[in-house]
Amino acid sequence: MSAAALTSMPFDIAQIRKDFPLLEQKVYGNNLVFLDSAASAQKPRAVIEAMVHVMEAQYANVHRGLHFMSEKTSDAYEAVRDKVAALLNATSREEIVFTRNATEAINLVAYSYGRSALRPGDAIVVSEMEHHANLVPWQMLRDAHGVELRVAKITDAGELDFESLQAQFADGRVKLLAVTHMSNVLGNYTPVERLAAFAHERGAKILLDGAQAVVHRRVDVQAIDADFYVFSGHKLYGPTGTGVLYAKAELLEAMPPFLGGGDMIASVSFAKSSWAKPPARFEAGTPAIIETIGLGAAIDYVRAIGFDAIAAHERRLTDHALNVLSNIEGLKILGQAEDRGGVISFVMKDAHAHDIATLLDRQGIAVRAGHHCAEPLIGRLGVTSTARASFGLYTLPEEIDALGVGLNRIKQVFGG
Amino acid sequence: MTDIAELYQSLIMDRSRKPRFAERLECFDAEAKGENPMCGDRIHLFLKRDGTQVRHDSHGCTIMTASADLMAEAVAHKTPTEYFVLRAAFEDMVNSGKPDPMLGNLNALSGVSEYRSRIRCAMLPWSALAQAVNQDEPKNG
Repeated sequence: MSAAALTSMPFDIAQIRKDFPLLEQKVYGNNLVFLDSAASAQKPRAVIEAMVHVMEAQYANVHRGLHFMSEKTSDAYEAVRDKVAALLNATSREEIVFTRNATEAINLVAYSYGRSALRPGDAIVVSEMEHHANLVPWQMLRDAHGVELRVAKITDAGELDFESLQAQFADGRVKLLAVTHMSNVLGNYTPVERLAAFAHERGAKILLDGAQAVVHRRVDVQAIDADFYVFSGHKLYGPTGTGVLYAKAELLEAMPPFLGGGDMIASVSFAKSSWAKPPARFEAGTPAIIETIGLGAAIDYVRAIGFDAIAAHERRLTDHALNVLSNIEGLKILGQAEDRGGVISFVMKDAHAHDIATLLDRQGIAVRAGHHCAEPLIGRLGVTSTARASFGLYTLPEEIDALGVGLNRIKQVFGG
Repeated sequence: MTDIAELYQSLIMDRSRKPRFAERLECFDAEAKGENPMCGDRIHLFLKRDGTQVRHDSHGCTIMTASADLMAEAVAHKTPTEYFVLRAAFEDMVNSGKPDPMLGNLNALSGVSEYRSRIRCAMLPWSALAQAVNQDEPKNG
């Protein structure tokens, strides 16, 4: 498929690109080709302006509303909770907890739910393709609390191996399944509805790491029947410092606080404090007010474009990229899952991922190289490092063509 | 791609593809493993005191592997004190981009100074060498 055939997108890509000021930057005299959105996405003007507006026109601390500015800021901040609840189709706004990022959200669950609802001897299952964020907090819980941590295998194609999963659950001790909704290395989606049903049938809860998936497709936590769902705002075209934990209301109600301080209490004396109801119980201290309001603008932005249009655009980009990359001799794409999104990891004969990234960078093309915070998975795939190209709603098919040209030039440098 | 040619000049490509000093020694006096946790570059360094030989087993990028091989060549038959003098000069050179006559073939890596994130690739073998030497010190008495 040629790039020209891809330009009839169901949305106005030229207009979308104008919304992202950074995309006009030059790198070493070349147009920036930003293929690293899976690490962190660029920000639309709507997000930048929303944050500037807070600071210029309506800023004060939140939830201490004895004056006009605080009330106004609290309203704007809390309105974002409604936006996130709508984004995920949560049953209620009280099921949305703001955190610093997806990592912190998982740590919150590991600490608070893990130490109160899980007993020593209970087991947690993760998969071989987890980001360190969905592995290390469970290792810490294992070491501190005496739960067992088990790892379900993936197939060579990079999909979850249900036979292995069944084996891990066989003794009935598994109480929590913590898996990604979309791999940040292989780009494949996991069958979350099936996984949730699988866990629930066996008396376990499910936590889904949605850091990648939430950017690319509509997420419905009720349809999935997710117990916990986490994501980061900065990958969803929002600011850094914003993350979300969705949890079913009855789970949050029963969980003790993660961090203590202001905002999370009902009453405090020197002898004892009592906790506020969720979600405030889990939001100690002054939150990222400006950034959270920016996240609200990001959610408005992507929902206005629509996830159907975004998913269709990215599906075409991914198909195009798979086509371009598979035509480069000596290049190997990792993972062959059917249901995949705009994240592609690859290795090249002779050229190490680092060398690929450096040489592409000099041509203005930004990709990531390394183990992508998923070191065990990289080991499982039998490599030490991969290069990764990832796409966003602003990515052009021509940028994927540029990647192909760049990689062919690298092949020449290393081919001799 | 002229600037790319500057970084990936023929000596670097050659030493990365066909390293002269890559070997896992069975018999050695000291060893050290170096790893760059950011990217997964790994080096296993072997040190022999008699004749002060250095051998490396490198799994990583072109810059790291070539740097390891050129280092092994440069430090052969030198004393640990001389290693540290070379290391300091090498570190200055990859940061400044200014070749140093004392460094000989190692100057092929001067282009790294233009690529900030790659300086640590070039330095990894030298960090492993320092580790191996420090480990070896008590044995030296």
